[in-house]
Amino acid sequence: MRLGRGIRFIILTAFAVVFVVPIIWLILAPTKSDEALVTSGPFGFGSLHQVALAWQHLDAFSDHIYRAWIGNSLLYALGATAIVLVTAIPAGYGLALSSFPGRRLVLSLTLVVMIMPAAALVLPIFLELDALHLIGNALSVILPFAFFPFGVYLAYIYYATAIPAELLDAARIDGCDEWSTFRRIALPLAKPVVGLVFFFSFVADWNNFFLPYAVLGDSSQYPIQVGLSNLLSSTPSFNPAVGGGGQQVGIFRPELALATLLAVIPVAIVFLVSQRALVRGLVAGAVKN
Amino acid sequence: MSPVRAQATRTRSLRAARGLPFVLPYLPFLVVFGILPMIYALYLAFTTDTGDWAGLGNFTRTISDYRFLPAFEHILLYTGVWLGSLIVIVVGLALLLHGRANRVSATFRFLFYIPGALAGASAVLVWLFMLDPSVSPGSFLLHLLGSQLFVESIAPGKLPFVFAMIAFWTGAGGWIVVMYGALNTIPHELEEAARIDGAGPMTVALRLKLPLIRKWIAYMTILAFATGTQLFVEPQLVNQASLGLVPDTWSSNQLAYQMAFRYGDFNAAAAISVDLIAIGLIAAWLIVKRTGLFRTGD
Repeated sequence: MRLGRGIRFIILTAFAVVFVVPIIWLILAPTKSDEALVTSGPFGFGSLHQVALAWQHLDAFSDHIYRAWIGNSLLYALGATAIVLVTAIPAGYGLALSSFPGRRLVLSLTLVVMIMPAAALVLPIFLELDALHLIGNALSVILPFAFFPFGVYLAYIYYATAIPAELLDAARIDGCDEWSTFRRIALPLAKPVVGLVFFFSFVADWNNFFLPYAVLGDSSQYPIQVGLSNLLSSTPSFNPAVGGGGQQVGIFRPELALATLLAVIPVAIVFLVSQRALVRGLVAGAVKN
Repeated sequence: MSPVRAQATRTRSLRAARGLPFVLPYLPFLVVFGILPMIYALYLAFTTDTGDWAGLGNFTRTISDYRFLPAFEHILLYTGVWLGSLIVIVVGLALLLHGRANRVSATFRFLFYIPGALAGASAVLVWLFMLDPSVSPGSFLLHLLGSQLFVESIAPGKLPFVFAMIAFWTGAGGWIVVMYGALNTIPHELEEAARIDGAGPMTVALRLKLPLIRKWIAYMTILAFATGTQLFVEPQLVNQASLGLVPDTWSSNQLAYQMAFRYGDFNAAAAISVDLIAIGLIAAWLIVKRTGLFRTGD
């Protein structure tokens, strides 16, 4: 099947082009002026000076609000993920290696909520937060984000399959109490799964749109994803009808592309750092199930 | 009971009591942001705004809303297109990658995975650029499809396909990695045996590998269906980019949002959410039944 190999390679390459070309375009777009984006070739490089110019416009928009959006996103995603790590890893450990009353119930409820589409719960969560007078507070985003059943499930699977109970028993016989058994033995052994939970939780929080969109009223509190939509609606990039608004705020296509690109960087960093563990982890998960 | 067994039972029950404190910090989150909202959504869907029992009133009221049927038609068409392309292309690419030299396949997997870093609003913005014939690197394709202007690219008839494309672009890479991992669990001897029996690569792929990863395909289909029906950010941004040309009640989730926040009608919004959950559960049940996802021993 020599011929088959060639066709295989062509198909794979064609799809790789579809996956990668928009990213290359996005990286190059801020190097050009709005006019050059239309007139020059899509993959031409403009100049770094243009990037600086686009950043000036973007940063000037609404009194440095772009920086506030990135800061908010970092606060929400890192704050929530910190709580997720502190609650989900021990919970997975407890669920996997003991059989307290109600364990099955907690496990099945976790699974049910995991399958439940998150967006369907946003409206009732809004009403709950309203009753607690938390609407418009940073906690109204961080606390719901801090509930991450998928993380509990990952930690549970990991402890149930990868850590032998005998190992922990041995530690106890050597005089460790429950807490130090967890801290000295179980936690260090769980490094790969801590990495996975961190990655999935951070990315899910960073990219979430619906919940912050519903619970935050003031645009200075928006995370970057909601901020991007705010930016989109104040430029004439896709609709000349906004016209004058765009002239005043100086946000055109290069600025919008730069805003999008910068919004992806934190996820890209986390992604590149954990890429190896991630791919291996997904494969390991596939094997275990 | 032998002394050894008795001791084992004792350590187990000791261990049992020891596990609970580790789970305790997680429980308030599970209750407050998982279980209560679910119960609350059900309660709202079956009561009136004064808390009286409404029966199916909220459901019939929302179904007869003129925006209800179009919104559900949109998301079902979108979900259908997305699921179809996801299943055919993801499984196809994973099969093509499997059996290639490891280095080559790892490179392709990484390239396919990259757009996964963009999701939500960022991915939509990228594709708004891609769909704008004046700046898109694929403008010749857009012209071929009959779009000279941006508004023509996001014409209502094309939107389900546009959103399916965006979802595929960000989500397919992750699933290709999962499917590839699943393919790697197939014992090598099995493939070898088939080949000795004279099966070509095509036959091995379709007759041997495909049935063996059936459960993973079912798992992907269930999860993708559930997220597919929840479409919100994509049409919301297109609504803003098109200055209202695309309605802000294009998807059923948007309709629920408008019911709640524009009209303050949380009961109607909850009824639509319950509709969506019911559709998701029915679809999941059908897929599980048809594919034997939870059947053990095969």
